[in-house]
Parts: sequence; structure tokens; C-alpha cells
Amino acid sequence: MQQLFFAAGTIVIGVFGCVGYFYFSNILLDIIFPGRGPHAGRNINRANAIRPWLFLFPTLAVLGLYLVYPVFSSGWLSMSDAGGDTFVGFENYAWLLQDRKFLESLGNNALWLVFVPAAATFFGLISAGLTDRIKWGAAAKSLIFMPMAISFVGAAVIWKFIYDYRGADQEQIGLLNAVVVALGGDPHAWITIPFWNNFFLMIILIWIQSGFAMVILSAALRGISEETIEAAFLDGATPLQVFFRIKIPQIWGTIAVVWTTITVLVLKIFDIVFAMTNGQWGTQVLANLMYDWMFRGTPDFGRGSAIVMVIMLLVVPIMAWNIRNAAKEMR
Amino acid sequence: MDMAGSKPQLTWAINLSVAFLVLLWVIPTVGLLISSFRDRDQISTSGWWTALSASERNFIQRADAPNTAVRDGDVWVVSGNVFGDKPGEVVAFGVRSQAPEAFAVGETGEHANGARISVQANGDYRIAYSEPQEGTRGLRLFVRSQSPPVFTLDNYSEVLFAEGIGRAFLNTLTVTVPATIIPILVAAFAAYALAWMEFPGRALLIAGIVGLLVVPLQVAFIPLLKLHNTVGIGKGYLGIWLAHTGFGLPLAVYLLRNYIAGLPREIIESAKVDGATDFDIFRRIILPLSYPALASFAIFQFLWVWNDLLVAKVFLGTGSNQLVMTGLIVELLGSRGGDWEILAASAFVSIAVPTLVFFSLQKYLVRGLLAGSVKGG
Repeated sequence: MQQLFFAAGTIVIGVFGCVGYFYFSNILLDIIFPGRGPHAGRNINRANAIRPWLFLFPTLAVLGLYLVYPVFSSGWLSMSDAGGDTFVGFENYAWLLQDRKFLESLGNNALWLVFVPAAATFFGLISAGLTDRIKWGAAAKSLIFMPMAISFVGAAVIWKFIYDYRGADQEQIGLLNAVVVALGGDPHAWITIPFWNNFFLMIILIWIQSGFAMVILSAALRGISEETIEAAFLDGATPLQVFFRIKIPQIWGTIAVVWTTITVLVLKIFDIVFAMTNGQWGTQVLANLMYDWMFRGTPDFGRGSAIVMVIMLLVVPIMAWNIRNAAKEMR
Repeated sequence: MDMAGSKPQLTWAINLSVAFLVLLWVIPTVGLLISSFRDRDQISTSGWWTALSASERNFIQRADAPNTAVRDGDVWVVSGNVFGDKPGEVVAFGVRSQAPEAFAVGETGEHANGARISVQANGDYRIAYSEPQEGTRGLRLFVRSQSPPVFTLDNYSEVLFAEGIGRAFLNTLTVTVPATIIPILVAAFAAYALAWMEFPGRALLIAGIVGLLVVPLQVAFIPLLKLHNTVGIGKGYLGIWLAHTGFGLPLAVYLLRNYIAGLPREIIESAKVDGATDFDIFRRIILPLSYPALASFAIFQFLWVWNDLLVAKVFLGTGSNQLVMTGLIVELLGSRGGDWEILAASAFVSIAVPTLVFFSLQKYLVRGLLAGSVKGG
């Protein structure tokens, strides 16, 4: 209870602090550069030059401290020893390249990177295309979209009930094994089967992300001009042809956006692997490996940071692409 | 598309496919929901899809010690019930592990030591010895039983009050609410400046914000943990509020700027002509008009912070006064991995709030997604 008061107090202080800062700094500015008197014109210009920075200051300060500074700091730490004090050059990167677990993580991340965005976009596209044509489409959409609200940890528990394994002589309580047994197969401990277990973990993320892809792609599909579609139907195209030949080519841009958004998410994937296998049985990924090095018995900040910089490097192309698109749009 | 409706088979096929997809997507969550209300013994012996049918299970029950037998005519009898006080119905029983279902209900089985044993459907057993006994170890009865479906709220009361989920719920709430509200306010001012104020370097700043949108959070962990330790914040709520504010700001500024930049120019300019200051314009015009965008971001940030595991693991301690729900569930997965009823109920408690928010405010969530992805990219 006490802690809730603490939180409530923080909200009040935070909100009033913010409002107070903006309010009083504006008043102060008007006092220093009054908009009347002998230098009114010059003062107004000066005040107008400073005011945007008053509005921006808190954001820039927090962003600088919590996102920009860490990027450079991590870059520096990645060239330091375990304690983060002594400069060691590229030693940590050299270590990465020969570390078996790192190579395994890199390979797995690559696998996730290919499979998850592709599958989520595919399911999103299919469900968007289908739900837009039926009466109860909105309800169907909201049910497919719902996993988006569930935490990765919650999803991991949910899917444990699907993947659970009991010996062949017992009744299966995991849905997947129950289905396999009912079809005459043998039950398996799915998440311990090397290589394929990666896909069982990926399915969880696909389950979560398909709804996101669907929502965005469905909006894009509805934005397509009716004329092209009508023209195609008049030319005798089947609904399937219209979907794949007319509609999809017109939403390539949106598909790319969905694809890259999920790609960024996949690069950082942590919770699902952490909760389901913690990187055992050949399922290690970069973010979990980094967490390992950061929080194991004796943390190694150098190696942890080197792994982070690899993730950062992989994100850079997408970052550049996003900035270019945003710049194009503002023009 | 109405044209598809002209072919009834196609309409049918589409309806069926969507139904199939929805089923596929909903089943995992439904499984969890049903499991969380089931009796612990039934969860671990039968799948949740059998929850409504009676479940059969085999178990071993040791009867009372032979030396407690009471004389009944010319025999000495031990009696009791294999179920204790739980409901159930015996289908078959046995007295040897090699033949656990040798006898039907009502039949009398004979043990190697000569005891004659019968078990009734309601679980009452009767073991008759021809002579008084001295042994203190009761006979092992092998029972196959059928129990009616049991639904219970016990799992929930246990996780909430005994397993610490109730406390973790409060901790999660403590993290989430300030971390959702504070970035909104900070970002709204910046978004207004970036949308409607002229100053050198504006385009560069916007590009910078777009770039920061995809910076992996992991980059921040080690440097910030060091920083927090240096300035004395250490691990705690203040640190995680600041961290979540920092990590949420790029999206907040980006979404709000896109929205605010789209507001009609005339409103803002006519206010300026009337002599309103930027602060007044922001407070009287921009804030009320941007309500939908503010709501979109608030929902994003709420879901993200509530569901977060990693940031909490890094910036909060592990004591019961700081452990959030996701963190506790991961711990339970490790320590109570076999206790399905605990896991299911815990997970459902943690899912309930975001799901509720999702269904009631879905409109704003979708709007925010579209503003964030389709327009800007």
C-alpha cells in the first residue's frame, strides 16, 4: 500500500514538475525578453528562438542520457575488459568470433530473422484479406489481434500447455502431443529437439505478431483504389488473381514496413527464449546470451557489450532506411 | 468486396477459413483459461480439453495399519475410504502393482498374506483378516478412479495470497502507471515544438527521433546500471521509471508529432493572431485536440511496460517488494514447473489487465499502430 502512495506521489510530483517547468520557464523567458518596451521586436525574436528549446529540453535530456549516451558508452565498454575499466581493443570481438555459443546465437537469430517476419506477414496478409470480406470480420480480427496484449512470459506459459510432453505410456496433457498421439504418432519433448525446437519457439512469436501485421495490412488493403479492382474484375480476373496480382503489388510499401518492424523486434527477442529454454538445447539467441554475460556470477561487461554492439550493428541498416523514408515523407 | 459474395461457395470457403484461423489463434489462450480453473490433480492427469468429462486416474492409497483392525464376528477388519474426503468414483482396484486393476468394484480380492479386500464405488474399503494383526504398515491399494470435473477458484486464491502474485501485481502497477503518464507529458511539449515551431535543426532532430525508435534497449543496460549505481539510484522504482520514460519517448514524440503536425494550420495561426503564447496554444488547443494520439501512445506504453520482463530484471531488485509479475512467473516456471495450476492461474492474473485494456480501447491501439507504421515507416 505504502508503495502505491509512493507511486501516486511520483505521478503527482512528475506531472506537476513537468507542468511547472514548462509554465515557469516560459514566464521566465517573457520576463528576460519582454515583448514590449524599446527593444520589443528584438526581444520577441530572441524569445521565439529560445522557446522551442525550452519545450524540447526535457525530452532531449532524457533521450540523450537514456539512449544516445548508452550507445557510445556500450561501444566503449565493448573494447574494455570484464570490469569495464581497461582498454583491450578488439579482443572481445575476436573472442566472439570463436565462441561456440555466440555463433550458435547468430545462426539462430538469422533463422528467426528469416522465418518469423515472413510467417507473421504471411498470416497477417491472409487473415487481412479474408476477414475484410465477411460480416463478422471485425470480431475475428480482434481475436487474432488479441495475443498482442499478452506478455511474452504469459505466452510462454500458454504454449507450455501446448508443447508439454509425457511419456508414451501416460495420457498427454499437452495439446500438440495429444493430437500427434491421436493421429497415431509418438509423443515428443518438442522444445528439446535440437534445431527444430527453434521453430517451436518462433511459432509463439508468430502467434503474437500476426495480429499486428493483419491490422496494418488490412488498413492498407482497404486503402487501395476501387477502380483498379473493378477493372480487374471486369477483365474476368478471379478473386485470387485480384488479391495476388492487383492488391498485393499495391501494398508492397506497407508490407516492407511490417516486415522491418517485426525484424527489429526479432533481433531483440529475449523473453520467449529466456522463459521457455533459457538457451538450452541449441536455442540460444543474442539478447539472451548478452543477458547471460551481464548477470552471470561474475559479470563480463566487455563481452556483454560486444554482443550488444553486434545487435546494434544489425539494426543500423533498418534505422537508415527508416530515416530516409521519414525524410522523404516530410518533404 | 461484394463481388466475392456473388459466389456462395467462395463465401462459405472464406467463412470457414476465417473460423479455422480464429480457432487456431484462440485455442492456446482458452486452454490456459480453462486450466486455471481446474483441480490440480485433474490438470496434471488429463488435458484441458477433457475438462468437462469425468477424468480417470490411477493412484495408490495405503490403507490403515493392520494392527488397528477391529474384531467383527470371526474376522478382524480394517476399513476406510481411498479418497479421504475428495469426490471420486472407483472403477477398479488391485492389491498387487503387477495387476493394479485386477478387481471390479464390489468384488473381493485376496492378498498374498491372506487378507480379503473389497472396495466400493464410493471409495469405502474393507480389509478382513482371519486373525488379529500386529503390523503397522497398511496394505497398498491400487485404485483406478473416475472423478467428476472439478472447477475451483482455489488456484487463484492460492497464487494471489500464498504465491506472491498479489504483491507482484501491486509492484507491476507501481512500475506501470508513472512510467505511462510521465513520458506523455514530456513528449507532448517536444512534439508540439517539432511540429509547429520554427527553429534551425528541426529536421535533424526529427530524423534523430526516428533513428532512436529502433535502438535496441539492450544497449542501455550496462551503461545505465553503472550510471544509476554511481549517482546512488541503484536498483529501484525511480530507476525503472526513468528508464521506461527514456525508452518510450522516441515512440511518444514520433506518434504525437505526426498527429499534431496534421492539425489544421488555421486554428493555430488564428490563435497566434489573437495574441496567444505558444504555451497557451499548447494547453488550450493542442492538448485537447490530440487526445486520440495521447490515448494511442498511453495504451502502447501501458502494454509494453506491464508486459516487460527484461527492463524490470535489469533495473529492479528481486525482493518481494520489487519483483513484478512477469519476473515472478519466470521464477515459478523454474521452481514450480510441474505445478500447472499455479502457473496457469498466475499467468492469467498477469494477462487479465492488458487483455481488458486491449478489448476496451482497441480502437486507439489500432489508430496508433497505423499512425506509427503506415504513415511514417
